[in-house]
Amino acid sequence: MMRAVMGAAAAAIVFAGLAGPASAAVGEIEKQNWSFDGVFGKFDKAALQRGFQVYKEVCAGCHGLEYIAFRNLTELGLNEDQVKAIAAEYEIEDGPDDEGEMFTRPAILADILPSPFANDNAARASNNGALPPDLSLIAKARTGGPDYLHALLTGYVDAPADVKINEGMSYNPYFPGNQIAMPPPIDDDAVEYTDGTPATVDQMSLDVVHFLMWAAEPKLEIRKRMGIKVILFLLVLTALFYASKRKVWSRIDH
Amino acid sequence: MEKFMQNPIVRWVEYRLPVFAFMNHQLVDYPTPRNLNYWWNFGSLAGIALVIQIVTGIVLAFHYTPQADLAFASVEHIMRNVNYGWLLRYVHSNGASMFFIVVFIHLFRGMYYGSYKAPREILWWLGLVILLMMMATAFMGYVLPWGQMSYWGATVITNMFTAFPLVGDWLTTLLWGGFVVGNPTLNRFFSLHYLLPFMIVGVVVVHLWALHVHKSNNPLGIDMKGPQDSLPFHPYYTIKDMYGLGIFLLVFAYLVFFAPNMLGEADNYIPANPLVTPPHIVPEWYFLPFYSILRAIPDKLLGVIGMFGATMILFALPWLDTSKVRSAKFRPIFKQFFWLFVLDVLVLGWVGKNPPEGMFIIIGRVASVYYFAHFLVILPLLGKFEKTCPLPESIGTPVLGGGGEMPSGAAAAKREKS
Amino acid sequence: MTNSTSAAGPTGAHGEDETRRDFLYLATGAMTAIGAAAIAWPLVQNMNPSADVLALSSIEFDLSPIEVGQSVTVSWRGKPVFARHRTPEEITAANDVDIKNFRDPEADSDRVQKPEWLIMVGICTHLGCIPLGQKSGEPKGDFDGWFCPCHGSHYDTSGRIRIGPAPRNLDVPEYVFLSDTVIKIG
Repeated sequence: MMRAVMGAAAAAIVFAGLAGPASAAVGEIEKQNWSFDGVFGKFDKAALQRGFQVYKEVCAGCHGLEYIAFRNLTELGLNEDQVKAIAAEYEIEDGPDDEGEMFTRPAILADILPSPFANDNAARASNNGALPPDLSLIAKARTGGPDYLHALLTGYVDAPADVKINEGMSYNPYFPGNQIAMPPPIDDDAVEYTDGTPATVDQMSLDVVHFLMWAAEPKLEIRKRMGIKVILFLLVLTALFYASKRKVWSRIDH
Repeated sequence: MEKFMQNPIVRWVEYRLPVFAFMNHQLVDYPTPRNLNYWWNFGSLAGIALVIQIVTGIVLAFHYTPQADLAFASVEHIMRNVNYGWLLRYVHSNGASMFFIVVFIHLFRGMYYGSYKAPREILWWLGLVILLMMMATAFMGYVLPWGQMSYWGATVITNMFTAFPLVGDWLTTLLWGGFVVGNPTLNRFFSLHYLLPFMIVGVVVVHLWALHVHKSNNPLGIDMKGPQDSLPFHPYYTIKDMYGLGIFLLVFAYLVFFAPNMLGEADNYIPANPLVTPPHIVPEWYFLPFYSILRAIPDKLLGVIGMFGATMILFALPWLDTSKVRSAKFRPIFKQFFWLFVLDVLVLGWVGKNPPEGMFIIIGRVASVYYFAHFLVILPLLGKFEKTCPLPESIGTPVLGGGGEMPSGAAAAKREKS
Repeated sequence: MTNSTSAAGPTGAHGEDETRRDFLYLATGAMTAIGAAAIAWPLVQNMNPSADVLALSSIEFDLSPIEVGQSVTVSWRGKPVFARHRTPEEITAANDVDIKNFRDPEADSDRVQKPEWLIMVGICTHLGCIPLGQKSGEPKGDFDGWFCPCHGSHYDTSGRIRIGPAPRNLDVPEYVFLSDTVIKIG
């Protein structure tokens, strides 16, 4: 039995070591306190709305959000009319019509948020050959997740003297390789928040990353709520099974 | 039970196909050693994990599109639009991990207690065949979301087939359906991923048939000699298996609801790009020890042979282990080497996770050599030279004293002091 | 066989009467059944229309570009919907009839909200073909409405079945006027 426990402990230690990959020369990522972290995690709707504003006014110029539809935006705490109004600002390509021509029309709730570029090649042509990734899943597609994204956005500094930065690139200690094609995307007050929150770089980064976590995992709240109910149910059920097992086995010597 | 069997409808069916007597014989009255510990729960858990994967898999297939331009988006469609789609997807992806956790423990149980020894060699082989089929199924399943890791993991592993002399390139092109991994590969992997689990069910049936011939091994490693050594499977082990299932589901639920992406790779949330290779290509955790062995051997063909050899050597285990004593309980030296072996496998897994640089290369090679040494050197020698402990008279003796009593009825047998 | 002094539950021995089920086993069994139902629910519910399909379960449509006497077909839930801007003659013809002997008696006023706008699902109620009569030049049948070429059903200017095998009038979907000219179907 002791052997089994030691073996399990060894497994747990190695397993914990498995969780983090080796990284090379990248800054230590600071852990943030996100409201969506932990067993009882929830999205902060005010932060989501501010984050959406930052995305819309700053990031959407280069980055698409192809897995979010306008109807999803009601989850941010906006009502249907507000979202319809937002959708109506966008033109969506539709068609072909009866003459075989494509045409544009205002977006409706059912439409996906349009990307800033028609395709990847157009995106590269507008960005010195670099492709700004779609942001729908970015919070799950990078090791370190939201903490990494926040560190990246707030981490732009001047390059150290001994590091040569290539043409058109910027130095960022958190980006793998330390050279990123995206210049610092936000300055203080780049956006005027409707709720009056001061729009510092840090605040805007926290808000937009909060929004991007929602965009990547909109079912997060439902998932954790259901998880609590399921685990409580299973704890009771397992206890009942254990008691039944003991009762059945009490009939014999063992 | 007797009133049930007298029912006219039951008798009509039973006369034509004796299903009820069969079920009773195999699942109710079936004699099981009375001294099984909780390490024996993992066989039934593996069966349940298989059912969970098949059910969630079929339902996911209602919504998934196996085409290179559409697959990634169809998985996001499942996650965002399909009712409970996120739940089905996370159960299926974490269910694969749970399936392997349970099967590896089940396998290690077999190694510790000598369950592979005569007369259970074929039972052991069938288990290994199931493991191989699981590995093929899981590999193909991981390709289906068509993320970066899906694509590049498929590329690296299918490229292994070019190692075969003469036919290597032809075989790999046949497998791919093209000149690289692409849409034809994805389509056929989807078809085979759907097919293989049902073939696994077939092998599981034969595995259970083989089991029922000589019945279960037990922690003492000595045969059941009579009814005093056994208990009917129902209710003793049915209820014990349900309790084990509760624990299994608790661990599973924690993963699904609170850490659904912990065992996965962030890179697989990036759509596959044939022109960009991820900096670290890592297979799913359950392949890491084998991946380590593959990378430890510098030659391409020998590396492939080494990787397959690591699984195939298990087939020879009944003959490599020459000891007459089954269970590690009575083999004090073997016991220590067993746990060293477990540690070695964990080390191989840890090495596989990391890039093949620096100290990882040396550790990986030492651990790979030790893996094979355990089977080819240590076990054969132990069988010859180990001084084993004396075996007890029977399974019933430690519990019931001399003789023992039948367990049916509520008799709380008093222990007879000899 | 002697009974043990403690356990009072069913012994499981063959033939013994179990007059009182043990509460523990009952509770365990009941909770297992609840668990099984909870597992079954998502396995069924996922088959119901997903969120993106439900998003298109109602559409808004602007009628203002449709001239008098013109018909337009719009797609709703994958089905064609006929929107016709009826002429005064068509409205009169729809009302000036005795519906008593119709196969599916329905007054025109029960089929429209504003008499000049006729909104119907353009699927023949016989076997599902799409009737002709939307475009100019297409046959409209004997009653100046719609004609289904598959098995010869004739619909009038209110979309009611007059001749032919169709059992019901063309279905009128649920719709509301959001403004004088914009309707929401579904």
